[in-house]
Amino acid sequence: MTNIWYHTNWRGKAICLLLLLAFVAAPIVADRYLLSVLILVFYFAYLGHAWNLLMGFAGQLSLGHALYLGLGAYTATALWTLFGVGPWIGVFIAIPVAAAAGMLVGWLGWRFAIEGVYFALLTIAFAEFTRIGFDHLGITGASAGLFLSVSSEGADKWWNLGGGPLLYYYISLILAVAATVLVAGLRQSSLGYRWLAVREDPEAAQAVGINIFRARMIAMLISSSMTAVGGVFYGFYYRNLFPSQVFDIGRSIELILAPIIGGLGTIFGPVVGAIILTPLGEGLTGLMQSLGINAPGAKLIFYGIMLMIIISLRPDGVWPWLARQMGLNGSRK
Amino acid sequence: MTALLSVRDLSKHFRGLAAVSRVNFDVNSGEIFAIIGPNGAGKTTLFNMIAGAMPPNGGTITFAGEQIGGLRSDEIARRGIGRTFQVVKPFPALTVEDNVVIGALMRTNSLSDARTTASEILTKLDLIAKRDQIASSLTLPDRKRLEVARALATKPKLLLLDEVMAGLRPTETDRIVAILRDLNKTGLTILLIEHVMRAVTALASRILVLHHGAAIAQGTPEHVLRDPAVIESYLGAEAL
Repeated sequence: MTNIWYHTNWRGKAICLLLLLAFVAAPIVADRYLLSVLILVFYFAYLGHAWNLLMGFAGQLSLGHALYLGLGAYTATALWTLFGVGPWIGVFIAIPVAAAAGMLVGWLGWRFAIEGVYFALLTIAFAEFTRIGFDHLGITGASAGLFLSVSSEGADKWWNLGGGPLLYYYISLILAVAATVLVAGLRQSSLGYRWLAVREDPEAAQAVGINIFRARMIAMLISSSMTAVGGVFYGFYYRNLFPSQVFDIGRSIELILAPIIGGLGTIFGPVVGAIILTPLGEGLTGLMQSLGINAPGAKLIFYGIMLMIIISLRPDGVWPWLARQMGLNGSRK
Repeated sequence: MTALLSVRDLSKHFRGLAAVSRVNFDVNSGEIFAIIGPNGAGKTTLFNMIAGAMPPNGGTITFAGEQIGGLRSDEIARRGIGRTFQVVKPFPALTVEDNVVIGALMRTNSLSDARTTASEILTKLDLIAKRDQIASSLTLPDRKRLEVARALATKPKLLLLDEVMAGLRPTETDRIVAILRDLNKTGLTILLIEHVMRAVTALASRILVLHHGAAIAQGTPEHVLRDPAVIESYLGAEAL
């Protein structure tokens, strides 16, 4: 990170700081609705980073990140509702649970040379049968869902991850910023270079001494762990969990849109993608509501159209182009 | 002189086809050893077994006193064997410098050390002016030199070169020949597969000739290139 910061020109530094300052100060002027949209922006930027690490850096396509999101969400919320273990502790149990699932998927795929599209299918399969499993898991409410009480004692306290929009706003902002810093640091590390090599050409990467299985497993470990933290946030923000929603393939798809639109394998792509996509999607939902149109799939159709337009105009994503337009150096990053 | 690489009875079959059968040779420390032979003779298969890209069906490969047959290619690279690929495999979306930095990261975890090593090697291979170019934008001769640079960055004891001169113009060939000679003078042992005889005779101290997977001749260039079996199977009757 220090390296990237050092090599960024003054203009890039200024834009970065101004944007951060604007986000920190936003709650002074923003209303509840705008805050809720910004929370989603940060949430998708954060999850986009997690997924981009595996796909954009290490070159492994996962279409089943809902698995880690759902496991993280279910672990922490179940610990809270069933045993009264708060989320700040629960998150440290949610991470290893989701990471173990990630390791299993990764091990099965890469140990037995299931690559590319077939690996993606494997990730979908795991998310799907976990969904079916949770549909029948009585202890977490099965398909009827798991609900977090808002009235039980301490439920509205920050140490139980409860409270008003401001709390969620700043937590999601911190998550997004921390993920950006982490990803920037990893990208500039020797590990980051190894990931790029594995992504670009696994055979050539091995010929320069890189253990490709290990490099991919580490990427999966970090990616699934990060996604689990996002899941804990999801569970406590929405305060209800249904297997059919949280493990749905739609979840896996929506969290990969921001990095694809922003720019795969770039550091700021997931952030830029989330800033572009989320307000548009939420705006559309708002518009439909005010027009009295009930079309639940409209947002996904809209995302699909956006994806097609942007990918046909800017195949590398918006960020590399935007960085060049703004005269920032290091646009490839 | 001691053998750095020692290959004994090495064999590889693909189903019924014997791609390499019971090949024996030694590469001594500090020499340039060439493997020649017609297309389909098993040269690249032999290379791939030494580099760990495919496991042998029989025989042994000993490198610096250690059995390496059947190890993974990254394990072999770490023991000090660098390689290039016949069909070049740069990391296409990365810069020339980053390609070589990744090679250098095999021996260090420090990026600044890796960058220093990379720029030394890029200078040596006349690629320093192109360090910020994306690898996929390079011309074929440049990409071939980039392959050599990336392999060198791993600081190998033995460098395996798979047809690095193929497709190059004579002046470019001479340039690589000069670079390889210099590298060899600094103590690097080189094992090369080559079709360009101009380069082989200029570089190699000894030659192994493969034909249908078997070694048909081995020795100094003067000796091997006069061998009637070699002339018939590879060099062609007009060489007589």
